[in-house]
Amino acid sequence: MAQIFKPSANHITQATLMGLAIGVPTVWLAIAALSRSPANTKVNVPLNQPIPFSHQHHAWELGIDCRYCHTSVEKSSYAGLPATETCMSCHSQIWTNSPLLEPVRQSYETGTPIKWNLVNKVPDFVHFNHSIHISRGLNCNTCHGPVQHMQITYKGNSFQMQWCLECHRAPDRHIYKDETRPDLQPRQQVFNLYWKYQTTGLDGLSERERALMLGTFNGTDNPKEREAGKQLVKDYGIKVQQLADCSVCHY
Amino acid sequence: MANKETLNNVLITGENSYASVEDSIGRLILKPQLHQRGWWIFFFIGLAGTGLLGVSITWLVYQGVGIWGNNQPVAWAFDIVNFVWWIGIGHAGTLISAILLLFKQQWRNSINRFAEAMTIFAVMCAGLYPLLHTGRPWVAIFWLFPYPNIMGMWPQFRSALEWDVFAVSTYFTISLVFWFMGLIPDFATMRDRSRNKFGKIAFAILSLGWRGSNQHWHRYEQANMLLAGLSTPLVLSVHTIVSYDFAISTVIGWNVTVFPPYFVAGAVFAGFAMVMNFLIPVRAYYGLKDLVTIRHIDWMCKILLATGMIVFYGYILEVFYGFYSGNVFETALTKDWRFNGPYSGYYWALILCNGIIPQLFWIPKMRTNLLVVWLVSFVVGIGMWLERFVIIPISLTNNYLPASNKMYYPTMWDFMMFGGTIGFFIFLMMLFLRFLPAINIFEMKDLLHKVINDESKVEPTVEAMNSKMNPTPAKEEVPA
Ligand code: HEC
Ligand code: HEC
Ligand code: HEC
Ligand code: HEC
Ligand code: HEC
Repeated sequence: MAQIFKPSANHITQATLMGLAIGVPTVWLAIAALSRSPANTKVNVPLNQPIPFSHQHHAWELGIDCRYCHTSVEKSSYAGLPATETCMSCHSQIWTNSPLLEPVRQSYETGTPIKWNLVNKVPDFVHFNHSIHISRGLNCNTCHGPVQHMQITYKGNSFQMQWCLECHRAPDRHIYKDETRPDLQPRQQVFNLYWKYQTTGLDGLSERERALMLGTFNGTDNPKEREAGKQLVKDYGIKVQQLADCSVCHY
Repeated sequence: MANKETLNNVLITGENSYASVEDSIGRLILKPQLHQRGWWIFFFIGLAGTGLLGVSITWLVYQGVGIWGNNQPVAWAFDIVNFVWWIGIGHAGTLISAILLLFKQQWRNSINRFAEAMTIFAVMCAGLYPLLHTGRPWVAIFWLFPYPNIMGMWPQFRSALEWDVFAVSTYFTISLVFWFMGLIPDFATMRDRSRNKFGKIAFAILSLGWRGSNQHWHRYEQANMLLAGLSTPLVLSVHTIVSYDFAISTVIGWNVTVFPPYFVAGAVFAGFAMVMNFLIPVRAYYGLKDLVTIRHIDWMCKILLATGMIVFYGYILEVFYGFYSGNVFETALTKDWRFNGPYSGYYWALILCNGIIPQLFWIPKMRTNLLVVWLVSFVVGIGMWLERFVIIPISLTNNYLPASNKMYYPTMWDFMMFGGTIGFFIFLMMLFLRFLPAINIFEMKDLLHKVINDESKVEPTVEAMNSKMNPTPAKEEVPA
């Protein structure tokens, strides 16, 4: 009886099996990598804004405090974005002819708020709260990256659940207090670091502070620092064993 | 009516030779004209059911599980009832293909393919329910399977529900591999017999280059034994773990230690009933009476009887515990919510279907009367569904706090989805009958070889036996 397939069919079969053995894990890994890459998380991807607002310019070069614009960050769950009036407090005086500022003036005259595009957003089923994090002395840059050096604001971290839990499971790796300023409240520690950076530059900062300010800090594994972190967790009365419970963020 | 066939101990009757065995099975595939009205009718019933399933799934995904009758406290209702029911139905296939193989029960040969196919299709139907019950099946993969995900979270390994994921997926995989492997030599036979070019190519691909050399057979036998060994524990483990979903909780009526053995027996019970529900019409319609003999049916009835008794014992124990435990809630459930109360009809129907009616099989005449056998099997199928209904939603309607008691009423969509899975199952079975060898050809030839070479027989081919010929003593009884 005539053969249905030529002997080469054997090779095709082997190649197919090999292809499957390699292909399936490859696709799997590719999906895994893609979901963690900036293509999905948008980390380090600047987002177009109606006005090219620069934190580098305002927060670093002019040295304006974050709270001047994000007024509610210490007290409420939302940091809030500045009202047009906040911009106009200066821009009614300076750079009044800049074409880039035209939308601000327009908004001021018509009373319609500027429509900023949100860079950082957690889904509706997640409850995030700024005030608790600030009152535990967590610097904005731990989460948002080197904001004071951003020309156009971008996302500093993935904000995936994994990332939140990485800190919630072991906050002692992140909690920090400047030993040279024991007099400051944890919340003041957050903003003091920016002033310290302003006055001393990178050279005056400890290695950890430098990493914090440049947004590269990912938690410490230094036993001594962790010991200090543990002490702070205790002092602040943080209940670590409950901090990763689902109901903390999903309720 | 076909119920005049005689009972003897020969597993292949009629004038059969190797070629005729091959032919009587193979022609189901090679001759489309064999599949006449009957096949088309059931095919369209199945197709319609599949459509119904598609519609109800679409609407469910669009609307959410709110379209079901599930409520608080009855969070598990039709979905889990049907899940357990379907999973149970699959068990006959695994029992037949694994345990009976290891026990060298020859009579399994002609029904194992069929039962294994049912296993696979039943597990497919079963798997739909928990997936859809999650509400968002497309993300269920990261809730069910442990892998390093972007939530930095693992499933709860201490939960029986998570063990269930592994139990059921292993069960499905092994059943599928086992089934496919057993099909390979038959695919090769079909490839060689097929006259149609498309059929030839399709069967050639499926037979994976099988040439029937000694080496091939040697490997086949080894792999077969290995897989049988691997799937044997599954017969026990799958439904044991399904029963843990209930038994390890504190819900009244669920927290019973007898659940694991009683669920396993119930699964085999339901499985064999379903096999008979399909096999009896099929063997009559397609003239397979020589291969699936009355002897087979008789033995399956005995298994049904044995497992049915275990299940009945389970019901009696449940009642016993209800009182013996001294737990007022358990007693109240048994007395006021099962024996009496709004759901008592379902409870008593269950006792009737699973406890009383199968006792008919004590009478030998009943085991060979095909109509009775079919009807009893059908009733057992209903009874096993009622059993899960009594255990799952009815227990949930009755709580420790009377304030949280609430009645359960299924909606139209619950019934549509259930009907849909039944249709889907029939649809797959019809395709199976049409396109795959429904009985294991090579094992039947092997069996024929053994029958022919059996010293106690004189004739080289097996004559149609009639009741006057004294059968040889029965082989060892079936382990139930
Ligand atoms: C002059 C006012 C001003 C100051 C000072 C300022 N910001 Fe902003 N900030 C804005 C405006 C306007 C936006 C919205 C436009 C954008 O996203 O770039 C913004 C956006 C942000 C965002 C992104 C919000 C989002 O998700 O869309 C972060 C994070 C942020 N600021 C952090 C800081 C931090 C940290 C500081 C202090 C170092 C700071 N800002 C100081 C005005 C200011
Ligand atoms: C504390 C005063 C102050 C506030 C408040 C302030 N700015 Fe400015 N902004 C400046 C100064 C000063 C400059 C010019 C710096 C330079 O280029 O020399 C400037 C420059 C700019 C420019 C660049 C203009 C150009 O043509 O290059 C933009 C855009 C801008 N600001 C937007 C904003 C927006 C939007 C807000 C409100 C969220 C805001 N600023 C609030 C002081 C301020
Ligand atoms: C623990 C991490 C964390 C820290 C620390 C943190 N943020 Fe945020 N921030 C977030 C998250 C998460 C969001 C998104 C919140 C949402 O979508 O509800 C966010 C959103 C914002 C926004 C957008 C507007 C809003 O409120 O949703 C601004 C502005 C902002 N943060 C500023 C700040 C400033 C300024 C600080 C420091 C004082 C700070 N954040 C510290 C995590 C953090
Ligand atoms: C760098 C560390 C860190 C990161 C990152 C972080 N958190 Fe927190 N979070 C804390 C600490 C510390 C607390 C304070 C707990 C306490 O004081 O009991 C806290 C508290 C909270 C609370 C309030 C808990 C309560 O008891 O009310 C919520 C909600 C919360 N975090 C949500 C989030 C979410 C959502 C994210 C990710 C988008 C996130 N956190 C990322 C450190 C972190
Ligand atoms: C520290 C805060 C936090 C805690 C605690 C937390 N989550 Fe989350 N969860 C998040 C954030 C933030 C997201 C959104 C991630 C994103 O957008 O990629 C999320 C997303 C999810 C999602 C994905 C939903 C979807 O469909 O995309 C699930 C599921 C989930 N969480 C379950 C849980 C469970 C279960 C627990 C308890 C073990 C838990 N979470 C604890 C912050 C948290």
